[in-house]
Amino acid sequence: MKADLALYDYWPYRDRPRIVWPGGARLAFWVAPNIEFYELDPPANPYRKPWPRPYPDVGGYSIRDYGNRVGHERQMRLLERYGVRGSVSLSAAVCEHHPEIVDACAERDWEFFSHGIYNTRYTYGMSEEQEREMILDAMDTIEKHTGQRPAGYLAPALSHSEHTMDLFAEAGGIYTCDLFHDDQPTPVRVRGGQRFISIPYSLEMNDTIAYVVNRIEPRRYGRMLRDNFDRLYAEGEISGTVMCIPTHNYQVSCPHRLHALEQALEYITGHADVWVTTGREIAEYFLDHYHDAVSEDILRKREGAQEVTPMKSNP
Amino acid sequence: MTLDPEFLQYRRRGRGMDHDRYEWSRLHEREPVNWPDGARLALWVNVCVQFFPLNQRGEPFAPPGGMSMPYPDLRHFSLRDYGNRVGIFRMLEVFDRFGLKPSFAVNGAMVERAPYLISVLRERGDEILAHGWDMDSLHHGGLAPEEESELIKRSLDSLQGAVGSEVRGWLSPARNESPLTPDLLAEQGLCWFADWVNDDMPYRFHTRAGDLWAVPLSSELEDRFVLMQNLHSEDSWVDQVCDACDFLLREADTAGGRILSLNLHPWLMGQPHRIGRLEAALDYITSQPGVRPAAPGELIEICAG
Repeated sequence: MKADLALYDYWPYRDRPRIVWPGGARLAFWVAPNIEFYELDPPANPYRKPWPRPYPDVGGYSIRDYGNRVGHERQMRLLERYGVRGSVSLSAAVCEHHPEIVDACAERDWEFFSHGIYNTRYTYGMSEEQEREMILDAMDTIEKHTGQRPAGYLAPALSHSEHTMDLFAEAGGIYTCDLFHDDQPTPVRVRGGQRFISIPYSLEMNDTIAYVVNRIEPRRYGRMLRDNFDRLYAEGEISGTVMCIPTHNYQVSCPHRLHALEQALEYITGHADVWVTTGREIAEYFLDHYHDAVSEDILRKREGAQEVTPMKSNP
Repeated sequence: MTLDPEFLQYRRRGRGMDHDRYEWSRLHEREPVNWPDGARLALWVNVCVQFFPLNQRGEPFAPPGGMSMPYPDLRHFSLRDYGNRVGIFRMLEVFDRFGLKPSFAVNGAMVERAPYLISVLRERGDEILAHGWDMDSLHHGGLAPEEESELIKRSLDSLQGAVGSEVRGWLSPARNESPLTPDLLAEQGLCWFADWVNDDMPYRFHTRAGDLWAVPLSSELEDRFVLMQNLHSEDSWVDQVCDACDFLLREADTAGGRILSLNLHPWLMGQPHRIGRLEAALDYITSQPGVRPAAPGELIEICAG
């Protein structure tokens, strides 16, 4: 084990090159619905138990199934109403188990990025060869069913190895959602030297973290989303920020919770200068326009330089 | 480092579910259900009547709400008992005021422990469902099938003898099941159960002895989950219940009848400082046009056509 995988360098949140999103927008807003499949009886991983209760964990399994049976359609209609195309964090096996869900998203021109095969198959303990096989299997499966080769990756159940980023970049991916170190995209160092970046996905705004881990009330979650937006929107005038709402159809779409998301979407999409977009579009725009300038700035600041960068003005 | 090759094999990676218990079916694609009298939302209130033994074994885990201090954990034992002595009578008074006919999920052990309470429930004529033997008799894969079958039979016999009518529904203690629980429930003549929370409407659940109805009893809105597990305030519980009511009523406008199910524990909601919040929630719900109280047996009959 290592103290730090050195995936990115220290980059202070001041005097950064100014990012301006398309159309002069100051905030890139994306919603990442996780569409997952949890197996009732997965093979045991030696490092992490899939379910807290012994087989069959009826409560854990069935509420997740609720997401696909009931929740997805509610959330999809809501996002549609606010003109948001989801960026789907997809358990690839959903293509096989529930293709109608994937088709409905594809019809709406949503993005699909990879979230592994099942959310009950963790990366922990895999050899590099096994992890590569799993990553390629997921990408191939999603491409076969949707015509889209995934550009982004959120490792299944956020389970990683030391080589997860390297392997995904080698497979042709361009961005990761697994790192929570910044409110702007940043370059990520991979062994192959590919231009690979992190797109802010937000653990704090993730409904499952909010509802299950932090156990917050639905109305407070709605308030947190709006507060998160307000500050990132204000700061985006100095340099463009990214706000993501990662959701799970079994959390956010419960009858007592969907209103919180609805209010947040109403509020956020009601502002001017918000680029309502997808993870892939943010990644591509950043790679095309800012990746190199940001990399240079990071390099300068890594050496301790404090002078204002030449990129401060509008490009 | 390498995992067993089995970890990268996927036996059930195909169309539908990864088991054979029920069909993959999306709620919004089903035929709309019509409740009687043009109602859009059926309000199902279920009250759990539970016994938490002091000498808890916790096999295979301590039940939520169970003993958590060294023996004898009198604080939790007596506080749970409070629900069956005091809290439930406070709640019954509220239900009567709002004209509600809740169902009661009763541990078999309660028949001997509180015959007075059982006779009150019998005289009310409300629907009674079996809730296992007690809260420390969990159904789980560590039980031999005969052992589990016997546990179900004992719970049912005790309850049926006392309430004098057929018990058709089941809620497992802690909603925990063994791989065989649904099969054994169907074999003993039960018609529906409420452990699974994967739907907002009843659906057919396959067992080796024919189908059961799986009936949605929300765990996410349950008083124990909201107040005790999430530590939300009573006011927030009311907000959540009212928000769910609003949402389901709106969905029912276009999608057909929906169910708002509230699972309640007298040892929690029957407390003096909480009962007013239950009243507030029921006041809001029952004053919405299109809401109709219903018992689970009735909901299943309608869904079965």
